[in-house]
Amino acid sequence: MRQTIVRNVGDLPTYGYGPQSGPWWGAMGFMALEGMGFALAIGAYLYLYAVNPSWPIGATPPDLWPGTAEVIIYLLSIIPNEMTNRAAHRQDLARVRTGLIVMSLIGIALLVLRGFEFAHLNTRWDNSAYGSIVWLILGLHTTHLVTDLGDTVVLTVLMFTRHAKPRRFSDVTDNVFYWNFVVLAWLPLYALLDWVPRL
Amino acid sequence: MSMMAEQRELRDDALNGLQLSTHMESIWRTPSGFSGALMSVDHKVVGRRYIVTAFAFLLLGGLLAVLMRVQLAKPESTFLSADKYNQIFTMHGSTMMFLFAVPVMEAFAVYLVPLMVGTRNIAFPRLNAFSYWMFLFGGCFLWISFALNVGPDVGWFAYVPLSSLQYTPTKRPDVWAQMITFTEVAALAVSVEIVVTVFKQRAPGMTLDRIPLFVWAMLVTSFLVMFAMPSIMVASTSMILDRLVNTRFYDSSSGGHPLLWQHLFWFFGHPEVYIIFIPGTGMVSAILATFARRPVVGYPVVILSLIATGFLSFGLWVHHMFVTGLPQLGAGLFTASSMLIAVPSGLQIFCWLATLWDGRPVYRTPLLFVIGFIVIFVMGGLSGVMVASVPIDTQVHDTYFVVAHFHYVLIGGAVFPLIGAVYYWFPKITGRMLSERLGRWNFWLAFVGFNVAFFPMHILGLIGMPRRVYTYTADMDWAHLNLLSSGGALIFALSFALLLANVIHSLRNGALAGDNPWNASTLEWATSSPPPPQNFDRIPVVKHRDPLWFDNESLPVVAGLSAERREVLLTSLAEAEPQIREASPEPSIWPLLTAIATTVFFIGSIFTPWAVLWGTPPMAVALIGWFWPAGHKEDEE
Ligand code: HEM
Ligand SMILES: [Cu+2]
Repeated sequence: MRQTIVRNVGDLPTYGYGPQSGPWWGAMGFMALEGMGFALAIGAYLYLYAVNPSWPIGATPPDLWPGTAEVIIYLLSIIPNEMTNRAAHRQDLARVRTGLIVMSLIGIALLVLRGFEFAHLNTRWDNSAYGSIVWLILGLHTTHLVTDLGDTVVLTVLMFTRHAKPRRFSDVTDNVFYWNFVVLAWLPLYALLDWVPRL
Repeated sequence: MSMMAEQRELRDDALNGLQLSTHMESIWRTPSGFSGALMSVDHKVVGRRYIVTAFAFLLLGGLLAVLMRVQLAKPESTFLSADKYNQIFTMHGSTMMFLFAVPVMEAFAVYLVPLMVGTRNIAFPRLNAFSYWMFLFGGCFLWISFALNVGPDVGWFAYVPLSSLQYTPTKRPDVWAQMITFTEVAALAVSVEIVVTVFKQRAPGMTLDRIPLFVWAMLVTSFLVMFAMPSIMVASTSMILDRLVNTRFYDSSSGGHPLLWQHLFWFFGHPEVYIIFIPGTGMVSAILATFARRPVVGYPVVILSLIATGFLSFGLWVHHMFVTGLPQLGAGLFTASSMLIAVPSGLQIFCWLATLWDGRPVYRTPLLFVIGFIVIFVMGGLSGVMVASVPIDTQVHDTYFVVAHFHYVLIGGAVFPLIGAVYYWFPKITGRMLSERLGRWNFWLAFVGFNVAFFPMHILGLIGMPRRVYTYTADMDWAHLNLLSSGGALIFALSFALLLANVIHSLRNGALAGDNPWNASTLEWATSSPPPPQNFDRIPVVKHRDPLWFDNESLPVVAGLSAERREVLLTSLAEAEPQIREASPEPSIWPLLTAIATTVFFIGSIFTPWAVLWGTPPMAVALIGWFWPAGHKEDEE
C-alpha cells in the first residue's frame, strides 16, 4: 500500500513518567492482579473465621509489637520514598542514589522485623486452619517485600554504574510506585492478622 | 542523550521504499540459527509457537477423548481400566481447559493484537517469551507425568477431600496443581502485556471507539484473567501446602473446610468459561464483518455486552455448588444472575444476525464456522438456562446432561470460532490460503460429527447416566445412544484430521495470499503476509473505525522513529495521541533461562519445601540478567 506521511513524531521524548510510560501501566497491571490475590486470601481468612466457632483455633492471637512496628516503619518509609521520587523527576543523580540506599536499608530492616513477626505468631502453619491461613497471608506479603527489596537493591547498584542514563530515572519512579503498593497492602493485612483474632 | 547524538541518529524519514524495509527488517529480525530462535522476542514468532503448541495439546486431549469414546461405545468394555479412565478424563479436561482453550486464545491475541493496533511488537516482549516457555514447560510436565503413570486422576476440578493426602497419597494431585501454577503464570503475563499494548501502543488516531472488536474482546478477557486467575493460584498453592507441609486449609478436623476449595475453584472456574468464550466472540465479530461486507451492527452494543458479560461472570460461581446446600436466598440470587448473563450474550447474537441480514454475505469457510457457532451456541445457552435453575440442576447434576451442556458451550462457543479464525488468519500468518474445498468438508464433518457426538449425551443424562463412569451394564439401556455418540466423536475427530491435512498441504501448495486476500478492514491486512519483523515500515495513522475500507489505496503514516534501534510509539490512553518514542527490547536468552529456573523451582517444590531456599537464587540471577542493560543499544534507550 502506498504510504502518505501525515505527521512527524521525531521530536517526542524517548522516555516519560507515570501514566505516559509503558512500564508504569505494567506495574499497575501486576498490582491489580496481586491485589486481587491479597483480597482472595483475605476472603479465605474470613471464610474460615466464619465457619469456625472459635477463633483463633487453639492459639493465642499474634503478639502485637512486630506487626505494629512494621506499620510505623512502613508509614514513615513513605517520606524517603517520596523524596526519591522527586529527586528522580528532577534527575538529581546524587539524591536518587542516597534515596535508593535509604530505601534498601529500610527494606532490610523490615525483613528482619518480619522474621520476628513469624516467630511471634503464636501458632504453627500445621496447628490448625487458622495457623495455615495466617502463615499463607504473611508469606504472600513477605514475597512482595522481598521482590521489591531485590528490585530496589539492583536498581541502587545500577545507578552507581555507567548505566545510570536519564531513562533510568523513570525506572526509579516505577520502583517508588510499587513500594507504595507494598505499604498499602500491609495496612489491611495488619488489621486482619493482628486485630481480628482479638475481636 | 545529547543533541549531537540525536542529530546523528538515522530516522525512518530519511529512508524510503525498499531501502526503508530492509533497514527496519535488519533491526527487528530474530537472530538466525538455533540459539537465535531461543532468544526471539518477536510477538509473531512467539505467537506462532504458542498457537502450534496449543493445537498440539488439542490433538493430545482429543486423542484421549477418542479413547474414552471407544471405551464407552459398548457396555462392560474392558478396553480401559477404571484407574486409566480416571486419569484419562482428568487429563482430557485439564489439557483442554488449561493447555488448549485458554492458551490458544492468548496465542491468537499475542500474534494479532499488536498488528491490529498498528504497533511493532507487544508490550514487554521478553515477558511474552517467558510466558511461552512457562506454558510449554508446564504442559510437558503434565504429559510426562502422565506417561510415567503419575497423571492426575481426581477430575479437572480436583475436589477435596478426594485430592487430599489422605485419599490420594500419590503425587498425582500435586502434578495437577503445579501444572495450574505454570499455566496461570503464563496467562497472567500475557494478560498484562495485552492490556498495556492496547492502552499504550495503539496507532495514533485509534481512539477507544475505533478499536477493532477482536481487540476489545481480548482486552476484556485479559481483565477477566487478571481478576479470576489469582483465585486458582491461591487454591492450588494451598492444596500443595496441605499435601506437603501439613497445613490444614481443607482438613475439617482442624478447622479447615472442603467448601473453601469449591469457592476458590469456581470463583476462577466460572469466569474461565468466559475467558474462553469472549475471545471466540471477538473472532466471530472480525470474521462476520469481513464476510458480510459491512461493519458489525451495533459496535457500542457489542462492546457494552462484552463488558457486562465480564462483570456478571464474577457473580456466578456459586451456581456450580447448588447441590452443596446453600441458603435459600443465596441460591435464588445466583439463579437470577445466572439467567441474567443470557441477556448480553443474546444482544450480541442479535447484532451478529442483523449484520448478516443487512450485509452481502460471502459464504466462505470462516463464515460457515461462524454460522455453525451461532447455531450450536444457542443450543448450549438453552441447556445452560435450564441448569441455571436450582431444581433442574439438582436432577441432572453430575450426569451426562452436564457433559453435553459444557461441550456445547465450549466447543460451540470457542472451538468453532477458533477454526473459523484459523481459516481466516492463516493467509496472514503463512502467506498462503487454505484450501476452500477441504474447508467445506472440514466444516460439515465438524458440524455433523459434533452434534451426533454430543446431542445424545443430553438424553443419556436425562435417563440417568452419570458422568465419570468408566463403564456401564447392558441392562441400563444406554448402549445405543453411547454407540451413536462414539460414532459422532469419530466423525468429529476426522474433521480435525482434515484440518491438519489442509494446513500441511496448503503450507506448500496453497494459493499465495497477498496482503489482503479477504478485502478486510483492519490494520493487520495493511502489511504483507506474513508480516515482516517490523510489522509496518512506518506506523499507521488511523482516521476511521475500518481504516482499509475507508481508504484502500494509501495508508496515512507517521515518520520520525529511529532507524537504528528498536523503537515503538506510545500514545495516550483515550485519544491515542503520540507521546513517547519508547525503546523496545532486543532478543535475549534470559527469559528462557528464567523459565528453566522457575520450572526447577516449581517442580522441586512439590517434593520438598526446601526448594524455596535452593530454587529461588537461580531465579533471582536469571531475572537480574534479564533486566540488566547489556551493551550500547539498551543504554541509549
Ligand atoms: C473431540 C471432541 C471431544 C470429545 C469427544 C469429548 C468427550 C468427552 C467426554 C466423553 C467426557 C466425559 C468423561 C466422563 O465424565 O466420564 C468429557 C469431559 C470433559 N471435556 Fe471433553 N470432549 C471433547 C472436546 C473437549 C473440548 C474441546 C473441551 C474444552 C475446551 C473439553 C472439555 C472437557 C471437560 C472440562 C471435561 C470434564 C472432565 C472431568 O470430568 O474432569 N472437551 N469430554
Ligand atoms: Cu458457571
